[in-house]
Amino acid sequence: MTTPRITPRTTSAHVDYVLGLADDALVSAQRMGWWISRAPQLEEDLALANIGLDLLGQARSLLSHAGRLEGEGRDEDDLAYWRDERDFRNVKLVERPQDDFGVAMARLLVLSTWQSELYAALQRSSDPVLAAVAAKASKEVAYHHDHARQWVLRLGDGTDESHARMQAALDAEWPWVAELFDQSHLDPALVAEGVAVAPESLREPVLRRLGDVVREATLEVPEVAPRVPGGRAGLHTEHLGRLLAEMQHLTRSHPGATW
Amino acid sequence: MTGTHDVGAGRDTRAWRVASRVLDPELPVVTIEDLGILRDVTEDDQGRVHVQVTPTYSGCPAMETIRTDLIDRLSEEGYLHVTVEFVLSPAWSTDQITAQGRARLEEYGVAPPPTEAERRQGPVGLTLSVRCPQCGSPDTRESSRFGSTACKSLWVCRHCREPFDHFKAL
Repeated sequence: MTTPRITPRTTSAHVDYVLGLADDALVSAQRMGWWISRAPQLEEDLALANIGLDLLGQARSLLSHAGRLEGEGRDEDDLAYWRDERDFRNVKLVERPQDDFGVAMARLLVLSTWQSELYAALQRSSDPVLAAVAAKASKEVAYHHDHARQWVLRLGDGTDESHARMQAALDAEWPWVAELFDQSHLDPALVAEGVAVAPESLREPVLRRLGDVVREATLEVPEVAPRVPGGRAGLHTEHLGRLLAEMQHLTRSHPGATW
Repeated sequence: MTGTHDVGAGRDTRAWRVASRVLDPELPVVTIEDLGILRDVTEDDQGRVHVQVTPTYSGCPAMETIRTDLIDRLSEEGYLHVTVEFVLSPAWSTDQITAQGRARLEEYGVAPPPTEAERRQGPVGLTLSVRCPQCGSPDTRESSRFGSTACKSLWVCRHCREPFDHFKAL
């Protein structure tokens, strides 16, 4: 393993890359938490809460790492609770409301398929902390993918009603999928140094695996124009601000409070 | 993170023996040593103890309690400067649960995870039946992949009709 060349520019890009993955997991965890007490059955409540908890755990490790790389003394809580919307680096896929169960499962299928390919590759990162988080998260994400896949199959290949609603959910999520593979906001040096996985390299395996599940569920892969990316550069939909307002409110109203 | 140690390099120290008796807060019949999450305990010549533990799942909410319990038990035994570090690498696997840990889980009513040899493929590919920890019957079914904690799934025995937890392969 060669030692990556550390320059201020690469360090800042490195922090942004880690923050992007951290924020994907953190925002997804927050959205998943919305389902607690609202899922169609108790077992599903537990499942979505556990999946959200895994994502939150991944986010905590990644945020702590980003804080150490940055070197300005910010810890995981500072980064989660005291950054504003424009400083979040998550993709827009994860920040939109998911108060329809079909949408929640369609999104979890997309997210977990992408994360499983990403984390499999990231286990070979030249950043040893990223590699360790990826190795741990890979096993958890396999369970998330299995859960989402089972629901998409059951709803897609279920009744006329469930089929139509699952298809509508895929149609709603698909325009946001392409941003996962966008690398316009990633410093190519990070890929060259083996720190980051090139987002574009995940396009083929992720879309192939998604297509396989969608077709097995008797559904159709939507053919839709992709939305403009920008989440990795801090340009978000109107939904992220509201999510953060709820997530950050308590800490900001009572700074430093413990219990 | 500090430098990497050989896993369990401090196993024969008194501090390890104290730390190894700390119970898992959510499964209080197994110790953190039984679960294989106690990675290392080192003691320097000033009597300072450094403990490394690894989470079962990234978001395991028991970690803070385990940290507090480790500090409490070790300070009761005279170790006044104790640090606890959470390490992620190498990633924990259910294969690291000891034979004693598996036996204690089963006795408690939690079906232990399949062993490495019993698993055919990957963590999710568990296709073999899980034996009921109450009556021993292999005639069981999974009622929920996600149970009361991240590390367990919920099962029902068709023979004795009892529900039970199963420690998921990871």
